[in-house]
Amino acid sequence: MSRQLYEFPGGLKFETFKEITATIPAIQHPLPNRIILPVRQHIGIPSVPTVRKGEHVLKGQPIAEADGYVSIPLHASTSGTVIDIGDYPVPHAGEHEATCIVIEPDGKDEWFDIQPTDDYLTVDPKQLQEIIRSCGITGLGGAGFPAHVKLNEGVVNIVDTLIINGVECEPFITCDDRLIQEKAHYVVSGTRMIRHAVQAKHCVIAVEDDMPKAYEALANWIDDDIELIKVPKRYPAGGEKQLIQTLTGKEVPSGGLAIHIGIVMHNVATAAAVYRAVTRGEPLISRYVTIAGEVETPRNLQVLLGTSVNDCLKACGYEHNDEHMIILGGPMMGMHIRNPDIPIIKTTNCILVKKLEPAATELPCIQCGDCYNACPIKLMPQELYRNAKTDNFAETQQYHIFDCIECGCCSYVCPSNIPLVQYFRYAKSQIAAEERRRDGADLARKRFLEHNKREQAKIEAKRPSRPVIETSSNPSMDEKRNYIEGAVSRTLKKRSKTKKILDKRNSD
Amino acid sequence: MINQQLLTSPHRHDGSSVRTKMLWVCVSLIPGIACYTWFFGPGILIQCLLAIVFALLVESVLLKIRKQKLSVFLLDGSVYVTAILFALMISPFTPWWINFIGICFGLVFAKHLYGGLGNNIFNPAATAYVFILLCFPVAMNQWPSAIDGPSQETSIKNSFKYIFLMPHDSYSENNYDSTSSATPLADMQNRLAAMEMVNEIRTSSQYGNYAGKGWEWVSIFYLLGGIGLIALGVISWHIPVAILGSVFAFSLIFNMYDTNLYPSSLFHILSGGCILAAFFVATDPVTASATPIGKLIYGTIIGGLIYAIRSWGAYPDGVAFAIIIANGLVPMIDEYTRPYIIGEN
Amino acid sequence: MMMELMFVAMFVAIFVGIQYFYHFINIKNAPSIQGKDVADHIERLLPQTQCGQCHYEGCRPYALAIASGEASIDQCPPGGQQTVTAIRDLLGKETKFINLPLNQEFNSMVATIDEDYCIGCVKCINACPVDAIVGAPKQMHTVIKGNCTGCELCIPPCPVNCIDMVPTRVKTNEWVWEKPEPAYRESR
Repeated sequence: MSRQLYEFPGGLKFETFKEITATIPAIQHPLPNRIILPVRQHIGIPSVPTVRKGEHVLKGQPIAEADGYVSIPLHASTSGTVIDIGDYPVPHAGEHEATCIVIEPDGKDEWFDIQPTDDYLTVDPKQLQEIIRSCGITGLGGAGFPAHVKLNEGVVNIVDTLIINGVECEPFITCDDRLIQEKAHYVVSGTRMIRHAVQAKHCVIAVEDDMPKAYEALANWIDDDIELIKVPKRYPAGGEKQLIQTLTGKEVPSGGLAIHIGIVMHNVATAAAVYRAVTRGEPLISRYVTIAGEVETPRNLQVLLGTSVNDCLKACGYEHNDEHMIILGGPMMGMHIRNPDIPIIKTTNCILVKKLEPAATELPCIQCGDCYNACPIKLMPQELYRNAKTDNFAETQQYHIFDCIECGCCSYVCPSNIPLVQYFRYAKSQIAAEERRRDGADLARKRFLEHNKREQAKIEAKRPSRPVIETSSNPSMDEKRNYIEGAVSRTLKKRSKTKKILDKRNSD
Repeated sequence: MINQQLLTSPHRHDGSSVRTKMLWVCVSLIPGIACYTWFFGPGILIQCLLAIVFALLVESVLLKIRKQKLSVFLLDGSVYVTAILFALMISPFTPWWINFIGICFGLVFAKHLYGGLGNNIFNPAATAYVFILLCFPVAMNQWPSAIDGPSQETSIKNSFKYIFLMPHDSYSENNYDSTSSATPLADMQNRLAAMEMVNEIRTSSQYGNYAGKGWEWVSIFYLLGGIGLIALGVISWHIPVAILGSVFAFSLIFNMYDTNLYPSSLFHILSGGCILAAFFVATDPVTASATPIGKLIYGTIIGGLIYAIRSWGAYPDGVAFAIIIANGLVPMIDEYTRPYIIGEN
Repeated sequence: MMMELMFVAMFVAIFVGIQYFYHFINIKNAPSIQGKDVADHIERLLPQTQCGQCHYEGCRPYALAIASGEASIDQCPPGGQQTVTAIRDLLGKETKFINLPLNQEFNSMVATIDEDYCIGCVKCINACPVDAIVGAPKQMHTVIKGNCTGCELCIPPCPVNCIDMVPTRVKTNEWVWEKPEPAYRESR
């Protein structure tokens, strides 16, 4: 069974240094002495903690619930006591702190009562999605989009092809490679489950052509129902849009999603997590993480979520120092972190230690067009840069800035050493901030209008009370006098009545 | 927390730099310059050196005035490229002070007033040459005749005499002797205007097998360097192909229309600054179009203008004019040839 | 004869081409608004803080005043220079204006009531132009942060001075990336 492969434009070919970690079996990282679980480990709304400080939790017990549709629950990685719920540093490019649940493990690693599903084929796809959602599974490829949202596409739309993405195009990262080699059965079974959930007509597992062992491992497990494809090694072949283009020749519409062309894509690690969730009811509490670069023993670790980056690095014989930098993720899209005490979250695939080199001097753009040739989306990075630099955000949108996948190819080849990707992120976040500001202003405007209307109504309501009497009946002096006398007598009567009541009360 | 500068992705780079790009351009000009020296004496080397010295001086002053870092911009290499290209466009017999004026004008008006490297609209070398050509037409029409060996004593003497000892006050054609002459292109234009036939003109001693004697070989060596640049990936093939292709096509059409009035395609391509412009001047990334289709249009406009000015214009070689006019059109070309992105259709 | 005709044809082609492109460019620069909509468009450009610093009751009244020519366009401190420039561009006429500082802080401050001291006098509730304060007489009041525009109008009426302006905390997902600063200038 062979499938015609297509080429995506641009991209880069470079050395990937994967052999070092791809050949060493992953080991289970020991239980850390503290587990920090951020309530937001996915794209979407943060989960809401359901446990209290001091409460004892079991491994796999839900400790935070989903808040809305694009949100997922969170589970305790091990049994222990919740010692704090508060702000701790999280993996964030702006070095922010966010709400985290901190657990002190009791060392027993006791499991919560989890429910396996007997036969997934008999389960309604909708229910399968609910299982996956309740197990807190996000896309493990890097973006961290809640998995059930993508699975739900199968209910709303017709899914032509399900692609399971095993293409790790970033250098150094081998966690998916190792996972496939060691748990190929999980991946293949998980793939079948996802396929059932989205009701896909075709199903493809794609790996890169420099992962021969992973390919063999998968080939042992798959039948004719799943296509196994090797794609040529090129960066960023593992990007969603690029892999779809490579496998199907279709282009994801600008500003659209893969589902618009009938394709759903999940990561191999997501497939494995789905397998565990369905067959054992096991929530997502651990993942494979590649520790690579300038550490003593680079390798893959199976780490409980919430373990600190520093712990993992120490396990591989590295003590953080000034001369090295820690990158979460690969060298092309990874995030430089200065504080190694942040936790590993669902989307952390690699910890890379690299010699610190000062940023090269940025020169002005000479319009050489190398970035255009490298861009896998065929954007014009030089024009985007020119407009982002001058804060001309409307124009950057004309040049489709939101189609940029921030793969870093343009910055990689730029002879002027311009941090192009950084400029694009700046422009994107500024546009988003501007939109929020505009929304806020719109809300304020509406509320002000309502407020004014009400104030106006109050004034109107007060004003007519007098003129109504005057105009409706044009009373003579006698009538007026009668009216006034009547009112006075009524008041006196009322007063004497209250006096009586008061006297009575006093006497009692 | 460790005190480091927060870096952003990607944390890798392919090691390319503006400097290496510019140096490769300079290096690929070496075969052309060597051939030039072989046929026309060492005047061109003197011009190159003078231009580089002047350019570095002027650039340093301008950078200081604009409060930019000398360490960054003097080493980016763009100033060497401008200087050498300017020197290759002017006559090897140009007096030193004209060279200086040209460099000054090019760097001040075409480069730094627009904001320096990367922001200029017009190619500084071409602008400088156009300025010189308009201001000192006589000096720009005196070119050395081809000589057949490197050890011509007279040519060295001549070069020195013309470059350094030319009296400024009595500056006219009478100051030049028989070792200088008009370029074959100028000669061709003048004699065609005097109703001579192409074939007759081509028989005089100034002409070689395809174009001007000596000039054809210089052009071929430029071509070799240019192909090297394309092979190295420093420039793309679009602009040279479009320029040479359009010059070839236009000259072929008119040559077929009347062989006696219009010289052959090869004559046009191998004469004057056509190949130098196609590979080195017009491909200056800053001033050229950035989109693939735009590059082809830009090149075609230059090629068409080169041919039009040569055939019907007042100047024997319109390369610099053509490039500057096309430079001015680049923003519009780029606007209308914006490529489609993935998923836009 | 052939040549002259060709030249004429070429120039005609060039000029027609230029006209064609100018046609496009002119459409782009044509004034986009007319008549009654002016006030609506101006209002869209105002920051909607409803703070009354322009000496009008709110943004809408100020926009109406600008549209009628009664008010000048430089009376909006929260909007700062950006707003002045935007309105000037919209109206397409040169209006005299002073340089207002760019007010970046304004939107990032919200009022907060110190609940220990609030006496429940309702004065701040009446002062708030966007109904961002909830509470009842003799009951403790509080500010709905998401609706507060930071106009500071509630601060003067408070008899016990228990309202403070506090900077809003940047949310993790609303964080704005820093703009790179090239280092080739000697000094700024």
